[in-house]
Amino acid sequence: MPTRWIPWVKVLVHGACLIPLLRLVEQFRSGELGLMADPVNYITHQTGYWTLFLLLTSLAVTPVRRLHPKLGNLIRFRRLIGLYAFFYATLHLATYVFLFSGYDVPTAWAGLRAGRGGVVVKQWKAVWPTILDDLKKRRFIQVGIFAWTLLLVLAATSPTFMLRWMGGKAWRRVHTLVYAAACAGCIHYWWLVKKGVRAPLPFTLALAALLLARVAWSVRKRWRGRVQVRA
Amino acid sequence: MSAKELAVNAGGRAMVIRRGGSLEGRIASSEITPREAFFNRRSFVAGAAALGVGALALRQVPGLIHPDAVHAQQKLDVVASKYTVPDAQTPFGKATTYNNYYEFGTDKSDPAKNAHTLRTRPWTVQVSGLVKKPQTIDIDTMMKYRPIESRVYRHRCVEAWSMVIPWDGYPLAEFISAMNPLPSAKFVQFLSDDKSSDMPDKPSGFDWPYSEGLRLDEAMNPLCLLTFGCYGEQLPNQNGAPVRVVSPWKYGFKNAKSIVKIVFTDKQPRTLWNDLAANEYGFYSNVNPTVDHPRWSQAHERRIDSSAFPKTIPTLPFNGYADQVAGMYAAMDLKKNF
Repeated sequence: MPTRWIPWVKVLVHGACLIPLLRLVEQFRSGELGLMADPVNYITHQTGYWTLFLLLTSLAVTPVRRLHPKLGNLIRFRRLIGLYAFFYATLHLATYVFLFSGYDVPTAWAGLRAGRGGVVVKQWKAVWPTILDDLKKRRFIQVGIFAWTLLLVLAATSPTFMLRWMGGKAWRRVHTLVYAAACAGCIHYWWLVKKGVRAPLPFTLALAALLLARVAWSVRKRWRGRVQVRA
Repeated sequence: MSAKELAVNAGGRAMVIRRGGSLEGRIASSEITPREAFFNRRSFVAGAAALGVGALALRQVPGLIHPDAVHAQQKLDVVASKYTVPDAQTPFGKATTYNNYYEFGTDKSDPAKNAHTLRTRPWTVQVSGLVKKPQTIDIDTMMKYRPIESRVYRHRCVEAWSMVIPWDGYPLAEFISAMNPLPSAKFVQFLSDDKSSDMPDKPSGFDWPYSEGLRLDEAMNPLCLLTFGCYGEQLPNQNGAPVRVVSPWKYGFKNAKSIVKIVFTDKQPRTLWNDLAANEYGFYSNVNPTVDHPRWSQAHERRIDSSAFPKTIPTLPFNGYADQVAGMYAAMDLKKNF
């Protein structure tokens, strides 16, 4: 890809990454979401799905660009896609905190507009015990929060000045955590679905393939290195 | 076997239940057939024949008739019931598009899309096990045995959402009495349809057919409804047509759908979800806000009504039916027998 295309392609990537969110907004606006039986469940599922999708897409960037020298420029989109994965993960977490937990958003919103900010805190106090209970007891929530925390670290260290400040080697070491985050995300999905449901399987297989590609690459590199040394 | 024979078989027992039950002072609607209903029945027969032909045609020439036309709903003649909660009802559209019916797919939107392959006529229910006389009963005979009551029940799913649904049926107790279970019968098992022609894409990993069960006293509780319809119409396929059980004080999965066999036993029968994950789905599965599901709290539920965003409300013990059912479990530790 010619370098001068990059800004334009970036616009495209931004647009593509925003489609799931815009779709949700449009479904809310048109009333389609309200006709759904369980919109909270739907929003939770959508934001979670696109988090995993974008996370795996960002992981696929490196193996894909290794396929051909002309694909080298793809690296310029990896951080962007990764940050969108974090963005959807945060929406996913916010859905859990503000919609799933029983936080009464309409009441809090009405209170805010009436100038009674205390309602927001009161609502929070009402749902906090439930959330704390979940955090203590439920392993799929624990592993989900763990994955989000990893993504937070990655997002916080993503700016170029952070890379410079940390130094390339340390930065790369920290950013291999993305594999841990993706694994935790898949485990989160498996632990949450009922036994017999195989919805997380495609993501799991994709992640396994990406991990294998990485292993295969480093094995090949080592083997080639050895051959070169011998020659 | 006709409805009349069924009534004779029931003997005095059913009469006692009728006198003491919820239906006192009412004339069976089967005794007064309104003129239009009579003609409706005629047109129903003609309609059914047309549908039969239509269904065959559909097989031969796919795309000739839209599946919805073949599975057009039939209105039911219903009488009001005192077993009705005042809560706002869940809209028909939501109650019929958000279903757990795994034989038709594991996503809650799947059954509404896929259940059109279920053929609910002809349909028979085989009654066996510890009964005086095992028999096979035609669905229409079963339906006409007692007047169909409309009861608005709360419906609480184990997944922490709930609905309020007007179910149409008659007490399971009346049917069970007519079957004359032996004194040794302690449980009743319900087996659902699992024919490949009806459910071609059943997911693997489940021990089909779907099996559920109740203790006999639970099944005889006046709240337990043998259900043929909802919202005044015959059950949509995804909601368990043509016959299902509704025990509103239990989590939804306890209510077997599309029943083809009823077996009376002296031992606790196997149930599908209990086999799959005994720590998550107990045999009793009474709605209990103090016993968490391993993966979520059962203290609250998202009430699915007509509002755009369901409100989260506290879950009540026995789904709010404690007065009618708690006595059955007086001597039991409900944390152990969840």
